[in-house]
Amino acid sequence: MSSLVLALRPLEFFLTQYRRGWRGSAVSSVVTPVVYLLALGVGLGVFVDRSASLPSGTSYLDFVAPGLMAATAMQIAGFEASWPVMAAIKWHRQYHAMLATPLRIRDVMLGHQAYFVFRLLLTATVYFVVIVAFGAVSSPLGVLAIPVTVLVGLSFTAPLAAWAAHAQTEASFVAIFRFIILPMFLFSGTFFPISTLPRPLEVIAWFTPLWHGVTLCRDLTLGNVGPDDLLHLGYLLAIVTAGLVTARVTYARRLVR
Amino acid sequence: MADSNGQPLVHARGLVKRFGEFAAVDGVDFDLRRGEAFGFLGPNGAGKTSTMRMIGCVSPVTDGTLRVLGLDPARDGVRIRSRLGVVPQDDTLDMDLTVRENIVIYGRYFGLPRKQLGRRADELLEFVELTERANDRVEPLSGGMKRRLTIARSLVNDPEIMLLDEPTTGLDPQARHVVWDRLYRLKREGVTLLLTTHYMDEAEQLCDRLVVMDKGRIAAEGSPRELIERYSTREVVELRFDDGSQPADWSRWTDGLVSRVEELPDRVLLYTQDGDAASHQLHERGLLPESVLVRRSTLEDVFLHLTGRSLIE
Repeated sequence: MSSLVLALRPLEFFLTQYRRGWRGSAVSSVVTPVVYLLALGVGLGVFVDRSASLPSGTSYLDFVAPGLMAATAMQIAGFEASWPVMAAIKWHRQYHAMLATPLRIRDVMLGHQAYFVFRLLLTATVYFVVIVAFGAVSSPLGVLAIPVTVLVGLSFTAPLAAWAAHAQTEASFVAIFRFIILPMFLFSGTFFPISTLPRPLEVIAWFTPLWHGVTLCRDLTLGNVGPDDLLHLGYLLAIVTAGLVTARVTYARRLVR
Repeated sequence: MADSNGQPLVHARGLVKRFGEFAAVDGVDFDLRRGEAFGFLGPNGAGKTSTMRMIGCVSPVTDGTLRVLGLDPARDGVRIRSRLGVVPQDDTLDMDLTVRENIVIYGRYFGLPRKQLGRRADELLEFVELTERANDRVEPLSGGMKRRLTIARSLVNDPEIMLLDEPTTGLDPQARHVVWDRLYRLKREGVTLLLTTHYMDEAEQLCDRLVVMDKGRIAAEGSPRELIERYSTREVVELRFDDGSQPADWSRWTDGLVSRVEELPDRVLLYTQDGDAASHQLHERGLLPESVLVRRSTLEDVFLHLTGRSLIE
């Protein structure tokens, strides 16, 4: 408990830092969903809906909107938990400033994750409002897609921060975006059901946190909730937990010498 | 209070810090008393920063005993750190925040209330003469200003000990003097200072007592004056020669005149009680160097005598 209270102190720093550049990120968190939903949901949707290929007559807009919401959380997580974590260790060294005070490794690590929660919550809320405005939420349960989207983001920020604290150089971050985040964005059920993938790729997709997140968000906004969703939730929680435990170790190894 | 009965604020016995096989700190003993300015003087790589980091409870002790404010860093790091003020060697200021925000946020790390921090930040900025820059971003400030801000920030929690790791390294002479002046004022106000430096003038200016460190060990301990008296002579004659004209056998020239001769690549140092008399005698004996300088002994001479090397290589 006390450790969660102490994590609020680094959070204050990251919020102060965010406030200095918030306008840019606020504009993009409104513009991005609008552009995506117009292009894919409305534009491409016309063609998809004509072929009536989605199960149970779901419109493509309703299908893709919650998927995009989850996938956006992944991308924000990718940017927030890579370079900024390394910067706080070796370029701007903010972690070192924190550790000279009563704050401990776990406060610093959790404090940064708490900031990611804030950042994800803001984006997810805006995204949800936009989706509602597009008329793509058909169940009151849909509002739960907001916390789920935050959880999807955390399932990336926790392991990524663990990696960023371990990595000596930034070289791997570009590779992570190219070979992990981009393929997940395209092939984890955001744009089409993974059952249309070749079997081996479908099996890989089952293990991606994004697929679980996309499916969960979609079930919530469409009001299709079932027992499977507990499994999706559990999978995401497990990844977040494993990521945090690992981050605790890599942070300590890197920062305590 | 643990230290009210004269117990030292920092107590180290046989303190060791190893990185793999390499011993950065190799068994050092020292005590820091309340109200004094205590220095670690030594070249880069002497183990000064490692020692400071152990005292600051950010680096675990490998071996030996270390007590800070009567507490054990391994168990009470949080409590100790809440009573220390740390000025690290590399600034850890946040470049995107304002000068004032840097102090307030740092104070929040200690859990101090925001309201109180506003006042405190104003006082501290006044003290380091940065009031006019309070709402500017840190990035464009000069090195000296950033260093003063780091000092102001480290004072936010009213620390019982200030740890200063190379406080003026990288600053121009004028900026160094401003920093020294502020540190001197803190010392007069009774703040206990623990600093590392490889500048002998800094050690002489600020330290009541210091240890000379080399290769992870303490070579000598005392006040600057004591160390000079113990390990050097009152005065030094510095001689420079044109290429090739430097005598090979010094005993012939200096016999009975000086107590010690130190030959450096670019000059020769003669240690003596009376420099003018010695240089006069050398002249009489026919030694004709390119230049002669008579000066007082410094801590640099002490270091040279103890280790055979100069402080800044």
